Amino acid sequence: MTNTISVHGLRKRYGDVQAVDGVSFEVAEGEFFGILGPNGAGKTTTLEIVEGLREADEGEVALLGLKPWPRNSRLLPRIGVQLQATSFFERLTAREQLRTFGSLYGVSARKADEMLETVGLTEKADERVEKLSGGQAQRLSIACALVHDPELVFLDEPTAALDPQARRNLWDVLRAINTEGRTIVLTTHYMDEAEILCDRVAIMDRGQILEMGPPAALVRGLDAPTRISVASGVLSAEDARRLTGVDEVSDDGVSLVVETRDPSSVVAALAAKDALDGVQIRGATLEDVFLELTGREYRA
Amino acid sequence: MSTYSSFKSLSRALFLGFRRDKGALFFTVLFPLLFLVIFGGVFGKQSTGKVQVVEIGAVPVLDQAIAHDPSGELRKTVKISRNDDRAAALKKVGKGDADAAVEQSDGKIVVHYSGADQVKSGVVQSVVQQVANSANLAATGRPPTYTVATQQVEDKSIKGINFFTPSLLGWALASAGMFGASQTLVLWRTKGLLRRLRLAPVPIPTVFGARIVVSLGIALGQLAVFLLVAQLPFFGLKLQHAWWMAIPLVICGVLTFLSLGMLVGAWAKTQETAQTVTQLIVLPMAFLGGSFFPLDYAPKWMQAVSYVFPLRYLNEGMLNVMARGLGPASALPQMAILLGIAVVAGGIAARLFRWDAT
Repeated sequence: MTNTISVHGLRKRYGDVQAVDGVSFEVAEGEFFGILGPNGAGKTTTLEIVEGLREADEGEVALLGLKPWPRNSRLLPRIGVQLQATSFFERLTAREQLRTFGSLYGVSARKADEMLETVGLTEKADERVEKLSGGQAQRLSIACALVHDPELVFLDEPTAALDPQARRNLWDVLRAINTEGRTIVLTTHYMDEAEILCDRVAIMDRGQILEMGPPAALVRGLDAPTRISVASGVLSAEDARRLTGVDEVSDDGVSLVVETRDPSSVVAALAAKDALDGVQIRGATLEDVFLELTGREYRA
Repeated sequence: MSTYSSFKSLSRALFLGFRRDKGALFFTVLFPLLFLVIFGGVFGKQSTGKVQVVEIGAVPVLDQAIAHDPSGELRKTVKISRNDDRAAALKKVGKGDADAAVEQSDGKIVVHYSGADQVKSGVVQSVVQQVANSANLAATGRPPTYTVATQQVEDKSIKGINFFTPSLLGWALASAGMFGASQTLVLWRTKGLLRRLRLAPVPIPTVFGARIVVSLGIALGQLAVFLLVAQLPFFGLKLQHAWWMAIPLVICGVLTFLSLGMLVGAWAKTQETAQTVTQLIVLPMAFLGGSFFPLDYAPKWMQAVSYVFPLRYLNEGMLNVMARGLGPASALPQMAILLGIAVVAGGIAARLFRWDAT
């Protein structure tokens, strides 16, 4: 089976800045693939080269077996792209907007209206795009990317600048799209988003892919300690230190935090001492992976 | 997939976007129309008012001449009132309320006039002179040896509404075309819509074609509104026989101004820059291209400068066919020049064109 996307040795330089520096990855059919990294890591440039908006200085890209550069009108109907900016025609309503985009792909007005329903904007159909909230505009722009039923969808930071509620809403939409069997490539600078949505992520920094794999595997590969916190005072730090499997203990007066690589025995021991008040168990996250890879705190 | 249906729905979307833009509607339609109403209303009326004459006491010569005025010519030029108080009548003339005071004692007629309005005082003097001469002739009882018939000659220097309708329309078209194109291009680029359209399978010429067709439609709408308003009795525009050549002229003009707007839009990075630069081109062009006053009366240097501006050719062509009464072919050189500018400007714009802002 050929991969839906295969990228080999991409390089792109802007003046003195090597924006993309030898990126290679493959995405299988139906996969939800995330490109993760801080601003300026080269995610967007990589995505733009893959979509066919920019020409790479070096390297090969194939989408569904076709080359995206130069502009390939046989490929375009099969891919859907949502760009970072909300790129709409001015002063149209949500419905008119989606129908206009649909018409660029030969999609009927009825199908366009159905897509409005899919992203939950039926009630806002007659609202001008300028009046939509950030989350609604983002959903409309995703609808515009999906209106022609593409096999492969690119989403560039779809949840940037959204409030938490709108982000969660959008995640549901994205999961539903992926469940329909579409391949999705998403860039994001939110670690939690990548962890929750993606089958596989590539962590990028300074134009290079540092690590690639399923989020859970990347986190497990870290061998980072699990952090168990309970309310301060239920157990003294000295007592906590004596428990089996405990690596480190700290108490800031609010929470007592225990770091361990053997969470099950520590939790059992805490339970035996009846010291589980306000317990929170936090495993390592992709943020820890990033820290491990770059030696820097992750700052989106 | 049919390119035609994409074209149709794109055009529709763009037109809706224009129709809902109150600012654009005002500046492309209402604002120029306002100028037409003001300029056409103020400078449009070419006939000077009647000459006001006060009779001091009875002036039988004048009264009889007006009573037996077969052509009505006299009544059209002179309005007679009577005031038996000599001092009051002269005061009226002095203040400019009347143009002249006339008194008669037997065979002597005296005209009191003010030098403030030389044209009107001249009219009064010649009218009274003429009346006296006719009366003298009639007194001899002999038929006149010579008679005078007058005939007006077509005036090639165009004034009033006949000038302002085509030339203000030219300014409106230039303004709408250039602002429309430059703003659209910059806005689409900065918002990323150009990139988005590039990733749709619709051919790019279809997108630009739809934008051009919408602009042409708007321009023909402007033409129709201008012609309808200017032909109202209040303005009294009389179109000449080849006026319909204004339609292809307008199309050529719009293509030129769209190309120039694209040139500005392709070059400018922000909307503010595009707006300022467009204004800096359009306003001087309207003045020096003969939209606000006839170039016939402009100084020589200004006439020479006007050849630089494409608006001059549009105005000239429209004046030729709409007001001067020249034949359809008289607009062809102007159309050719406009199209030439459109091709050159469009070519440069295409070289400067960028898909994205970064």
